[in-house]
Amino acid sequence: MSLLTVVYALLFYAATVILVAGVAYRIRLYATTPAPLKIPTMPAPLTNTGVVVRMARELFLFESLFKSNKWIWLFGALFHFGLALVLARHLRYFIEPVWTWVVLIQPFGIYAGFAMVAGLAGLWLRRIVVNRIRYISRASDHLMLALLVGIGFSGLMMKYVARTDIISVKAFFLGLMRFDWQPLPADPPLLVHLGLVALLMIVFPFSKLLHAPGVFFSPSRNQADTAREKRHLAAWAAPLDAQRDA
Amino acid sequence: MAKQDFTTPAFREDRANPAMVPGAMEHSSPFFAKPEHNQALGFPGELVPDWERKAVEKLGDLLKKNRALKVYLDSCVKCGACTDKCHYYIGTGDPKNMPVARQDLLRAVYRRNFTIGGKLFPGLVGAKDMTREVLDDWYKYFHQCSQCRRCSVFCPYGIDTAEISMAAREIMDHIGVGQKYCNEIIGKVHTIGNNLGLPEAALKDTMEGLEEDVEEDTGVAVKYPVDVQGADVLLVTPSADFFAEPHVDGLIGYGKVFHQAGINWTVSSYASEAANFALFIGSYEQMHKVAVRIRKAAQELGVKRVIFGECGHAWRVAYSFLNTLAGPWDFLDPRYPVPQHICEVTHDLIQRGALNLDPSANDDKVVTFHDSCNVARASRMGDAPGGQFHIPRAVIKAAVNKYVDMAPDTICEKTYCCGGGGGLLTDDLMELRVKGALPRMEALQEVVDKHGVTHMAAICAICKTQFAKVVPYYGFDMDMITSVHQLVGDALLLGTKE
Repeated sequence: MSLLTVVYALLFYAATVILVAGVAYRIRLYATTPAPLKIPTMPAPLTNTGVVVRMARELFLFESLFKSNKWIWLFGALFHFGLALVLARHLRYFIEPVWTWVVLIQPFGIYAGFAMVAGLAGLWLRRIVVNRIRYISRASDHLMLALLVGIGFSGLMMKYVARTDIISVKAFFLGLMRFDWQPLPADPPLLVHLGLVALLMIVFPFSKLLHAPGVFFSPSRNQADTAREKRHLAAWAAPLDAQRDA
Repeated sequence: MAKQDFTTPAFREDRANPAMVPGAMEHSSPFFAKPEHNQALGFPGELVPDWERKAVEKLGDLLKKNRALKVYLDSCVKCGACTDKCHYYIGTGDPKNMPVARQDLLRAVYRRNFTIGGKLFPGLVGAKDMTREVLDDWYKYFHQCSQCRRCSVFCPYGIDTAEISMAAREIMDHIGVGQKYCNEIIGKVHTIGNNLGLPEAALKDTMEGLEEDVEEDTGVAVKYPVDVQGADVLLVTPSADFFAEPHVDGLIGYGKVFHQAGINWTVSSYASEAANFALFIGSYEQMHKVAVRIRKAAQELGVKRVIFGECGHAWRVAYSFLNTLAGPWDFLDPRYPVPQHICEVTHDLIQRGALNLDPSANDDKVVTFHDSCNVARASRMGDAPGGQFHIPRAVIKAAVNKYVDMAPDTICEKTYCCGGGGGLLTDDLMELRVKGALPRMEALQEVVDKHGVTHMAAICAICKTQFAKVVPYYGFDMDMITSVHQLVGDALLLGTKE
């Protein structure tokens, strides 16, 4: 077993633990922090089913962003939906036998890789040329884009320039999952790709990538408009009623 | 002292890209509350020792109590969607008035103290310690947000800068840095019952005066009752309605509607204020205390329904929070929603044919309607989403023949704040108020030019006061601002339904 394999194996175990535990911790925090008042951005749906539909429109159509700015919407959609397809395509490295739908999306996943990088490039360009967005950007915003572009670019490199032994890569990841380590090919694009992915997993729970779980907990989007019909009371605010009625 | 010499912004040629002028509003800062204003609300009188630590501590406390604050501080990806959406940014060009930049003033301190990234790499993620410079920026720029929620419509995560502004103001209050306008007013509500400090005797006088005026005008004895035990309806209306122009004509209109519908109503001298300025300073406890006055008044007068007059943030607190703060309202008549908006009541009466309206009485007017920010984006009217847009328009259209809407990206959920909401309706912020009105004024100019609009109706005391004061800066006549219920009152054929 090469040192390289050991390092990457440990790295991915650590990254997975940090990602899962970190995000789980955040979700628990969001879920247990009370929302003391009803603050949906109106007009809002009147029922929970309506809320599910509103959230679905946000998640799958980026509805609010569409209202706001067509360029950010376009680039954001290219990136996110590209990424979703790319991630789905990558499932083949982690399952054996590969599910039929994963096989079927393989050809689209390749275009999605380009779409993802193009979307990121558009977002990055706007971050540099639009003075308002330049003003609000910090180093971390640029680094995050660099990280994602690096992942996309190194991935495309392996597909089109310096192909790697994906059979061995799959063996490596299946080995990780089965705690039966297999050697990782020492191809530079692969090592860069995997290294950056691990880094992304590690920073995820500590960065603005928390918008992914965050959007589900946004009271302005996930509350139903029922304020007059149903009394909404946070536990910490309830004792004020006793004072009032005394 | 705020700078008072400024130029009214010109209408923009290029609306797609508001020009950026860093530091343009750095001098804008409202008067500080005096120690007695702060202490009356239970806040420290002046800046406390060790305030840097106490501010961070209070932020930590709020993060535990308010999910919105926590999620919003974590979730922003700096996509830029909100950057050109705030009327104060559009009007001033100051980049710190972009919603995300305003949030970042607080987010920087959050990151420094509550996130690993900010603790380890402050420079990388824009994290900052709580310093005098940060506090100064907070005071200036969190008092350049009218909490209108327009940014939250456009944010892909629904991040609402209002929540961040409220949190920042609450933190500042807790370290002894209060804003005079809000804190002095809230104190008046606690002691006297309304924002203006209008005592019971003056209120009764005013209402009697209205009865005389209306009888003189119309020959009909319309009642404007105060503290009537056993009335069916408690009307809670912004105290500006009792004397300010054009507000009072709205109040006259409500009275005429109740009169013709045969509704037995009263106002309360104890709860003589619809507005709840505690919303602006983000204090749940203060908001609770103000709201409870309405509950007590309703119980003591033995009313069956509670109806709110035309007021924007008041209707937000009434519609969205009153049940939480002062409910349950099980002692009222369950056939009616609690509370109801006067526009809902009038609309319902019109639908049922209970009002005789002659819209030709308003034929000298071409009317447009300004959706008040907090009615539009923080409340509802009627049974269906969007009733807050449809119902006031239906009421206006029943009372006037000539009505046009302003441009679609300036009305309904995308409406612009008048420029004076959220505790900023004070003379020490005049420059901000004038500049913040720019996008609304542009939209108004368009319909004036295209359709000969003569009047802009509003359903908010702040909007009415703000516009009456600010429209002359843009070359309009202050009399073009009207209450919705003034239009209704003028069109109502009194004496035909007795």
